[in-house]
Amino acid sequence: MVHLCTIVPISKSVGANRIYPGVAIPYPTGDPALSEAEEKKMRLEMLKEAVSMLAEPVESRGGAAETELAE
Amino acid sequence: MKVIHYINQFYAQIGGEDKADHPFEVRKQAVGPGLMLQSLLPDDCRIEATLVCGDNLAAEWPDELEKRIAQALKECGAELLIAGPAFNAGRYGLACGIACKAAYSLGIPAVTGLYEENPGVALYRQFGFILPTESNARSMKETLERISAFAGRLQRGEDILDPEKCGYLVRGLRKNVWTEHIGARRAVNMALDKVHGRSFKTELPMIAFSRVPPSPPLEDLSKANVALVTTCGPVPLGNPDRLEAHAATKWKIYQVEDFGGPALKDVDIAHGGYSPTYAERNGNRVFPVDAMLELEAQGVIGHFHRDLYVTVGNSMPVSRAEQFGAEIARSLKDGGVDAAILTSA
Repeated sequence: MVHLCTIVPISKSVGANRIYPGVAIPYPTGDPALSEAEEKKMRLEMLKEAVSMLAEPVESRGGAAETELAE
Repeated sequence: MKVIHYINQFYAQIGGEDKADHPFEVRKQAVGPGLMLQSLLPDDCRIEATLVCGDNLAAEWPDELEKRIAQALKECGAELLIAGPAFNAGRYGLACGIACKAAYSLGIPAVTGLYEENPGVALYRQFGFILPTESNARSMKETLERISAFAGRLQRGEDILDPEKCGYLVRGLRKNVWTEHIGARRAVNMALDKVHGRSFKTELPMIAFSRVPPSPPLEDLSKANVALVTTCGPVPLGNPDRLEAHAATKWKIYQVEDFGGPALKDVDIAHGGYSPTYAERNGNRVFPVDAMLELEAQGVIGHFHRDLYVTVGNSMPVSRAEQFGAEIARSLKDGGVDAAILTSA
């Protein structure tokens, strides 16, 4: 599973291992500033990269609150 | 005591999701819930300024927001930061956490109010006193009363070291304090209590990590059956299954045809936590069906699974999210799916 999302820190905090950062909260896989054709091309490139992560090995990582501060 | 208050664009009465990109600003007065907060705070605590930022900007540019808040805190000579309360609002909760972090970096105490499952808690708990709240704003007055009382304790320099007694969530900070007995004796007493089956309380609870063992990589992407899952809530026009706008109670499977074909023009957005304007014009902006079909056509992936999995992630209880995750994973396996892309707003 690849998590394609905009607020990456939340995805990390619940332990996602493969994360692909999205464009913006209301359009993680789009961009209304582009023409329809450009936007479609951008999305295809994005998903091509995202699916390629499915075939990459990843190491286990922890969730949030790993650091402990001394006060 | 100079108090600075952080709120979002909604509580500053600027607007809802359509104004979630509202830029950071400083207002030299109490605003929105700050008015009630001011009336509850001790007499010599004054809200010098209110910091306001749109929730989308805050969540998308956390480092920038932290810098801007730190700068404002310095300029105002802040002695205490109060953020929110944000209850279970995810982006707002993050923003309150960011504000606490900015204050922490300057040695200024910070207080906020968040629901325990708000993502801001796990990410920023070290940086401020987070008072646990109900999940929604119905408890605003009661929460502001607790925040004000806590601010009073800070102002009077009272002992606020015990999270349980003082009513805030454990921060995970270490501080050296004097106790009646040395550690060895306390540890032995605890061990004796344990052996005798008496109740005892650890002094250092282990942090629960959300660790998920990563799945092994696909051997051959060009032969894999890949599915698409989303928490963004795209539904067929009219939302026939009545998928809820927040705290959804179900997940659904749709077909491309239910959305009027790959251009995903016949889409409503059930999710109540982001502006639906963009995705309702083209559902691919949150649920990239057209790209997945193209990747199948180009042979990048072996097959694009035609069952499309949809739910709404807005304010979903973590326990239900885990249940949905397990159910959807089971359904994907039964459907012969090898891997999936999950999109979230």
